[in-house]
Amino acid sequence: MTAFDWIAQILGILAALLAAPLFLGWVNQCRAWLQNKSAPPLIQPYRGIRKLFYKDALIASNASRLFRLAPYVVFGTMVTAAAVIPSIATRLPFTRAADAIALVGLFATARVFQALAAMDVGTAFGTLGARREMMIGFLAEPALLMVIFVASLISASTALPAISELLATQTLALYPSLAFTAVAFTMLLLAENARIPVDNPATHLELTMVHEAMVLEYSGRHLALIELSAALKLLLYISLIACLFAPWGLGAPAAGPWDLTVGVAAYAAKLAAGGTLLAVFETLIAKMRVFRLPGFIGAALMLALLATLLRFVSGSF
Amino acid sequence: MPALVFDIAHLLAGSLVVMSFVQLYQDRLSALINVFAVHALVLALSVAWQAFAQGAPHLYITAAIALVFKAIIIPVALRRIMVRLGIHREIEVVVGVGPAMLLGIGLVALAMVVMLRVTAEADPLAREDLAFALSVVLLGLLMMVTRRNAVSQVIGFMSLENGLVLAATGAKGMPLVVEISVAFSVLIAFIVIGIFLFRIRERFDTVDMQALDKFRGERR
Repeated sequence: MTAFDWIAQILGILAALLAAPLFLGWVNQCRAWLQNKSAPPLIQPYRGIRKLFYKDALIASNASRLFRLAPYVVFGTMVTAAAVIPSIATRLPFTRAADAIALVGLFATARVFQALAAMDVGTAFGTLGARREMMIGFLAEPALLMVIFVASLISASTALPAISELLATQTLALYPSLAFTAVAFTMLLLAENARIPVDNPATHLELTMVHEAMVLEYSGRHLALIELSAALKLLLYISLIACLFAPWGLGAPAAGPWDLTVGVAAYAAKLAAGGTLLAVFETLIAKMRVFRLPGFIGAALMLALLATLLRFVSGSF
Repeated sequence: MPALVFDIAHLLAGSLVVMSFVQLYQDRLSALINVFAVHALVLALSVAWQAFAQGAPHLYITAAIALVFKAIIIPVALRRIMVRLGIHREIEVVVGVGPAMLLGIGLVALAMVVMLRVTAEADPLAREDLAFALSVVLLGLLMMVTRRNAVSQVIGFMSLENGLVLAATGAKGMPLVVEISVAFSVLIAFIVIGIFLFRIRERFDTVDMQALDKFRGERR
């Protein structure tokens, strides 16, 4: 553990924080281009967040302490998760602190706090959003765990750096089970981040919304933190895809500045590609009815389960 | 055997199982027919890859038969039947999508447990092929059980037969004559079923199999 490792770690967290709104801006821009609209500037999400930080935070008179606390908890878990996921280099100090299962726990903590805070004030929309979020979560969490189990079965470790290092450094091989989990994980990404077939990120007042319904009562700096953590969550899911299914260019041990530079460049390229693909997918598909969501996420769970079975077949030779 | 050859065979056979699940998930008839065409296409690819991996050129003929008959002719014919019966907008599921999927996962697990234990000494390529083939057969049966519409039951039957072809190609030394005769008997079965569909429709004004239950005096 050298001082350089710590510098790289802190740089990684700061980069994730800075890149998250930028990534959201990039997805929005691609989407606008695909829909033949004039695109908002790339830094529009930063402006929105800065504006919210300058505004006063209004809080309902019957809100409890939980309501004030929740944005900080959600933001804190997301930053911790950003430290755990190896995005630019693998052997960073924090990535050893928590494995992939703890990461799922971090996401679950954020979800529970957000849902509780949404129910806290007692408005109809907040409760509705919280219930829908939980309906998505009860299927999405086991599916996420199954995806991680497949990757762990292949690499015999639940630590994310070990998984991505093994997948990045071996000779060319095709894992059918990983291919299926990649599809399952993409479906989970859409469901967990309120993207199009599940929820429309572009609306603020609609009966079918999930995420926006939960945060309707927030304003000012609280809302800014929540928006920032939502952007961070999307970035983290894309980073997870990058480190589980496309771990190339990940500077194996954080040995020197050169490896780090390669890692940053590869990460930026993966993010750009991932954002473009996300925008294309969101433009092609229509939003689903809320009652069809369990089928959609159940299909992701099914694919992940099937991939585990497949792993046992190919692992038995 | 190079690992990559095995991996690709594995991926294709696994995709066939996934396509069977997609069939279970679809409750619209026109989409179901499209998925069936893709199912047959994946089968053709898988058989062609087996031909390459085993160095058995006659399997290319099997792949071509699967491609022409099952991926092109039968879906087109099914689509025409569907349009003539006027049922292309129907949605039907007896068991819900979720329970059907869970049952399907159970069947796949069962097929793998049985096949991997029974065929312990076989060639790895044949072994995993047999495990997946049994899953596809069982999923086809499940499809026939969970659907009410006669056309989707036919699709279940046809995808079951796709599983049999996969099993046949995995086992080395299956004579071509047997495969060709199986393919043609399925085609003839399809023609007979097609005629039956129209007869059922004439007699009962529907292709919903519940009408037949009622006719036999069975009450639900």
